[in-house]
Amino acid sequence: MNEVVLNMPLALVGYYEPWWVQILKAVIIFAVGLQLVPMVLIVERKLLGRFQHRVGPNRVGPFGMLQPIADILKLLTKEDFRPRTSVGFIFALAPIISMVTAIAAWAIIPFSNTQDIFGTEVGFYGVDPSVGVLYAFAFGAIAFYGLMLGGWASGSKYSFLGAMRAAAQLISYEVSQGLALVGVIMMAGTLSLTEVVEAQQAEGWYVFPQIVGFIIFVIAGFAETNRAPFDLPEADAELVGGYSTEYGGGRFASFFFAEYLNVLVISGLTVTMFLGGWDIPFWDEPGWIHPFVVLFKISLFVFFFIWVRATLPRLRYDQLMSFGWKILLPLATVNALVTAILVVVID
Amino acid sequence: MPYNPGDDVVLVQRGPSPGGAGGAYRAFGETLRGLKQTFQRLTEGTKTIQYPEEKVPVYPRFRGRHKLHRFEDTGLEKCVGCSLCAAACPVDCIRVVADENTPENRVSAGERYAAVYEINMSRCIFCGYCEIACPFDAITLGHDYELSDYNRSDLIFTKEMLMAEPLDRTPLRTAGE
Repeated sequence: MNEVVLNMPLALVGYYEPWWVQILKAVIIFAVGLQLVPMVLIVERKLLGRFQHRVGPNRVGPFGMLQPIADILKLLTKEDFRPRTSVGFIFALAPIISMVTAIAAWAIIPFSNTQDIFGTEVGFYGVDPSVGVLYAFAFGAIAFYGLMLGGWASGSKYSFLGAMRAAAQLISYEVSQGLALVGVIMMAGTLSLTEVVEAQQAEGWYVFPQIVGFIIFVIAGFAETNRAPFDLPEADAELVGGYSTEYGGGRFASFFFAEYLNVLVISGLTVTMFLGGWDIPFWDEPGWIHPFVVLFKISLFVFFFIWVRATLPRLRYDQLMSFGWKILLPLATVNALVTAILVVVID
Repeated sequence: MPYNPGDDVVLVQRGPSPGGAGGAYRAFGETLRGLKQTFQRLTEGTKTIQYPEEKVPVYPRFRGRHKLHRFEDTGLEKCVGCSLCAAACPVDCIRVVADENTPENRVSAGERYAAVYEINMSRCIFCGYCEIACPFDAITLGHDYELSDYNRSDLIFTKEMLMAEPLDRTPLRTAGE
């Protein structure tokens, strides 16, 4: 069968799109990502305010909606300061790594399968590799290089501690996160994100049979994105700013941007893997509505991220490690095992 | 013989020890409880008072910026320049220089009047002792509290400023509030 696929023209396999469509898609995905991050910024600040009986920013523009633009402009117009003890090249490289990996990971979130636009088949995703989940994990792991190198190259104690925490956090959560998705992958029988969604359209959302995997994935997602209650690499109370202590100006804005884009990526992955992606149950929805469905589901998760940030205090470091290794990892393993057995038995 | 505190000892009620699978389960439940708690706060709406546009009403006895008074019928100043307020002031922020009233220049109802009356608002602690010390109710503390300025010297309020009606900037609480 593989030979047949390899000998087929690429267009029939579904990987091929005209070059101008690919460029257009890349631009659109980049633009959508760039638009969504400031929106998440303002929504987060407004919502955190509401959670604390405050209003949040409301001075810049109508309802304070221009606040993120003001913030970003402020950061970008500042000097790119570099401490004398820092390692120049890596110090400059680290934010770029964070930014690139976040945008690359954002590229695989599928907003729909292929749609016919004016006679051209266009996939509503940046790329749909057959190893989509591995792709996401690969870039998630590389993203930590941004934090680690940034923290190490700053030449400051706080940054270094933040970097070490980021490294330790990565190895405690990446494993459980991967194992949590193994169940979904086994049920869908594919690693491609669009095919996972199509399998969910046929079998129902995986959040119900894979509820344990879902919870583990979301918890690990909080660690992956360095957000409360697992924001130990930043830990503004203890480590000033963790890996980003010595950063300012545009470089800090890059880190900041990458962090919020990672929130969107993790939300998108959760939606794709567990909440049926663009699927609306019991309705054969038209194709143009798919991206809005995905964005709506992603926004629900962004709300959840903010909600948790407003609720939970930061965990102590040993608590975080023991939670990752002693609870999440065994649970994820058992979940994968049970799913494997059930998949075999039911088939 | 061991110390026996008697029957009136209340044992400390300790919570369940954390740790283990049970602890994780409890922590999960508590997390959900916390999420519920914060969500209830979200539904309650905001309590913010948008300060420069909205203001918190003050109570009738609020001690704000001082005011020097005149008699309503004759228009003469109540202050007779006795300096009792300056004597009562714990931070010594009032300066009074008195002068004699003459038939040509009659300023106050008494024998003398305050030729100079200055309050240094950067020192005033708004204790209201000047108001209590004044035998003629010539000085009272008003409701105005927006006194900040860019310059220390601008915070020395002269007699003309204290005599003038304060800008009506501060809402007053009503009885039922």
